[in-house]
Amino acid sequence: MGVEKLVVVGNGMAGMRTVQEILERAPGKFEITVFGAEVHPNYDRIMLSPLLAGDKSFDQIVINSLDWYKENQIELITGEHVNWIDRTKKIVRGHSGTERAYDKLLIATGSNPITLPLPGAGRPGVMTFRSKADVDDMLAIAEPGRKAVVIGGGLLGLEAAHGLNLRGMEVAVVHLMPTLMERQLDASAAHLLEQKLLARGMKIFTGANTKELEGEGEDGAVAAVRLQDGTRIEADLVVMAVGIRPNAGLARAVGLECDRGIKVDATMRTSDPDVFAIGECIEFEAQCFGLVAPIWDMAKVAADHLTGAAQTAFVPMATGTRLKVSGIEMFSAGDFLGGDGAEDIVLRDAARGVYKRLVLRQNRLVGVVCFGDASDSNWYFQLLKDDQDLGALRETVIHGPVSTATDPHESLALLGDDAEICGCNGVRKDTIVKAIEGGCTSVDDVRACTKASASCGSCTGLVEGLLKLTLGADFKPAAAKPMCKCTSHGHDEVRRRIRTQSLKSIPAVMQALEWITPDGCASCRPALNFYLLCEWPGEYQDDSQSRFVNERVHANIQKDGTYSVVPRMWGGVTSAKELRAIADVCEKFAIPTVKITGGQRVDMFGVKKEDLPAVWADLNAAGMVSGHAYGKALRTVKTCVGSEWCRFGTQNSTAMGIALEKMTWGSWHPHKVKLAVSGCPRNCAEATIKDFGVVATEAGWDLHVGGNAGIKVRATDLLCKVTTDDEVLEYCGAFLQLYRQEARYLERTAPWVERVGLKYVQERVVEDEANRKALYAKFLYAQSFSQIDPWAEEASKHRQKYQPLAELV
Amino acid sequence: MNMISPIFTDVGALSDIPRLGARCVKTAMGDIAIFRTADDRVFALRDQCPHKHGPLSQGIVHGTSVTCPLHAWVISLETGEVEGPDDGCTKRFSVKLEHGRVLLAVAP
Ligand code: SRM
Ligand SMILES: Cc1cc2nc3c(=O)[nH]c(=O)nc-3n(C[C@H](O)[C@H](O)[C@H](O)COP(=O)(O)OP(=O)(O)OC[C@H]3O[C@@H](n4cnc5c(N)ncnc54)[C@H](O)[C@@H]3O)c2cc1C
Ligand code: SF4
Ligand code: FES
Repeated sequence: MGVEKLVVVGNGMAGMRTVQEILERAPGKFEITVFGAEVHPNYDRIMLSPLLAGDKSFDQIVINSLDWYKENQIELITGEHVNWIDRTKKIVRGHSGTERAYDKLLIATGSNPITLPLPGAGRPGVMTFRSKADVDDMLAIAEPGRKAVVIGGGLLGLEAAHGLNLRGMEVAVVHLMPTLMERQLDASAAHLLEQKLLARGMKIFTGANTKELEGEGEDGAVAAVRLQDGTRIEADLVVMAVGIRPNAGLARAVGLECDRGIKVDATMRTSDPDVFAIGECIEFEAQCFGLVAPIWDMAKVAADHLTGAAQTAFVPMATGTRLKVSGIEMFSAGDFLGGDGAEDIVLRDAARGVYKRLVLRQNRLVGVVCFGDASDSNWYFQLLKDDQDLGALRETVIHGPVSTATDPHESLALLGDDAEICGCNGVRKDTIVKAIEGGCTSVDDVRACTKASASCGSCTGLVEGLLKLTLGADFKPAAAKPMCKCTSHGHDEVRRRIRTQSLKSIPAVMQALEWITPDGCASCRPALNFYLLCEWPGEYQDDSQSRFVNERVHANIQKDGTYSVVPRMWGGVTSAKELRAIADVCEKFAIPTVKITGGQRVDMFGVKKEDLPAVWADLNAAGMVSGHAYGKALRTVKTCVGSEWCRFGTQNSTAMGIALEKMTWGSWHPHKVKLAVSGCPRNCAEATIKDFGVVATEAGWDLHVGGNAGIKVRATDLLCKVTTDDEVLEYCGAFLQLYRQEARYLERTAPWVERVGLKYVQERVVEDEANRKALYAKFLYAQSFSQIDPWAEEASKHRQKYQPLAELV
Repeated sequence: MNMISPIFTDVGALSDIPRLGARCVKTAMGDIAIFRTADDRVFALRDQCPHKHGPLSQGIVHGTSVTCPLHAWVISLETGEVEGPDDGCTKRFSVKLEHGRVLLAVAP
């Protein structure tokens, strides 16, 4: 028999997962064609929530790129809605006429969001939340200060509300039932959730029935939501998230047996033995599905039967639900309401905002709700699926696995092979263990090989535990040193989690990564403050109490508790006016020492803290700003005279230095950053011991990176040669941004370049033009928030903090 | 028993001191640092590190400790003692909160 033809209708999560499973079992068995109504390659629909919130880009949520289809010789027809299937001739036809013949057909058309038939439901600005196109529609309207109303306080509605809230919109949630997420949460947990959302500035209307969507005229854009009781809530955007309905219309039209969804048996076959169906469009034993976990099981079964690899049967399992709202941990599964004959075990920890409830029947776990701390939810979920008598475990089960096993790894060992470790990517314990036995030795390896912990990262600890368990003494915990004694995580992991879990405050990081101290220490807090500042420019509120005194008071503390003050002198160039202002300040405030620094500017030593704002005000008046001589920030840009005066100069190094300093001043970094520009290879500005050094040549500029004088001298490496001035700025901005994003706090460019290798830096900054431009753009974007003279700001706003609280004499 | 109760003076509002921060009170006996913790408790210590007299009010406050800005010794706000491997102690003062006001007892 030749190659059989498989046609898949629906390029979504279920369809493509089945194709992947088929390729694993029998590559080459089918000639595969996929019809997708959407115009995109297959993406992770779950991740539309982080996409909406701005935590992920679309590229990051694509599961299979167009190249993947090509590599696997799959024909993908996007933007083509299948509207007919001729089951006798075995032909599928799209709305624009494309036809494909099939031997086997797989229908995976997902579901459709329900729209309420309310007056005004058709107005512009009213939308649902199901696809990339929906997110685009929302983002076209979402702007800080505009108003959004989400109808539906279930999982999807709250994720939409959260995303729009993060986009700066004023968000109201209208929910029909008396409590939020009533299908996943009991009243206590729902109350805690509501409090959390209110604290984020959302408005919540429960027990509220929507009557009408108002706007101008018949078909003007939506302007408000009117409730049954008369309340009017203004809205520029309305999202209906009130539920989904299996998308079975096509199947029904061509005579396949349907009820709510397309009816399938335990092999995923429809009433036509050559037609399979899976995903949200199906109905199995009167049950429909709305989460991916059972869909992954269906995909395996369908692949087994389509390829003839095995005779498996689909058995629906209990599913657990998590809410993907950063900073809110929640998990629920099973029968969490209890009632008749059920027993409850409840734990509340008000201080931590934790609520846990376990529902037992005949001493078996049948339901779980965790709110505020969902770290044990995998373990509970497994107990629930195992459906075993808890026995003696009953006494301590509420405290989680740590209380039942003295060694926390024991609880991992207790998990069954099919326990799900990574919820985002549906990766089971045995898959990970197999990968480790097959040669993975680190979390990164496992991530690359199985995708476990590659999405939100909250299961990283479990993956690490499995490495320990499987490799025993051979496991070398990621060479990463803990940041400090407050945590077991290393710098890189902390940064990764800040990014992937979109943690946006120091307490959020400490909560999510389980800091063991209440508010960190003098070593982790400044690092976290920098990481957050770097990751969320314009969004993160700098925490001055987490900065070292110098950065908090914008001056360098001296051994006697006084301060030194260094104004910026752009490229080392000054003027009579500036020098006069400095002289006046020194006399006026009786500043004892004035010195020329090694960085081509003037330092005034011995200034009293109380005098700082006044000293700054005088310097500001003469046009001078802070030199950041105190910060893990851009310090100086040293220059030589260059072509303007020097008989050897080939380029205007002074002007270039000033341009670089104007672009980079105010930027915060893992450590201090120094630049220099020399006008010829004689290199009078010592550019080859700077973090970023520029040396002029006849043809243009040589760019050097990773130099350091100080404790351990390191000469720079040549990054590349460029010809134009604009390129110098672009490469500099890109290099500094890469350093900011990836180096560990207190790691200067020299050790960083040595650690990652010059080659890596060149790949990212020189060879990959698109990446360089993106890094440069990110740098400039961050600068738009940080180029505010801290002296002017402090002198005008925070003068009082420099004065004593009281004087008692 | 006969106890001399200390005399408390109002030195300012709790809200004048940043959380996880400190402000300084100047007195005839030298500067006194008033610290405020994350959970809004206040402590008062002489504003001088037992090591080389660094101004503790300028340090980073964490838990009930402060890290000195000069050479990073860690001093307990509760006892005034140096934590960890180093030795030393700085003088404590009585301080309390009433209706959002900070009251400091300067006399012994
Ligand atoms: C003022 C100045 C000395 C001077 O009078 O010339 C100076 C003064 C200090 N240096 Fe420096 N450095 C000064 C130029 C330098 C230079 C020369 C240069 O920039 O061309 C170097 C070597 C170049 C380099 O950084 O690679 C230098 C290498 C250091 C180091 C070692 C850094 C390293 O990576 O090994 C430290 C320690 C540190 O940062 O942790 C340091 C630390 C310090 C501190 C901040 C020590 C401290 O923590 O209190 C001193 C602060 C004095 C103050 O209150 O202002 N200073 N320091 C210079 C200020 C330059 C400016 O205008 O901003
Ligand atoms: C915002 C959001 C967040 C979610 N979060 C979670 C979560 O945290 N956890 C979880 O488990 N689940 C979550 N889900 C649910 C999960 O995404 C779905 O269960 C899953 O996508 C269903 O897969 P599917 O392939 O059946 O349907 P889909 O992924 O919707 O795929 C169906 C595809 O078929 C296409 N199609 C339909 N009809 C035709 C046709 N006639 N011709 C051609 N193409 C057609 C559609 O355009 C669509 O691309 C979330 C869903 C959304 C929308
Ligand atoms: S060389 Fe040492 S003493 Fe001199 S300024 Fe730098 S840190 Fe201070
Ligand atoms: S003076 Fe405080 S640690 Fe040295």
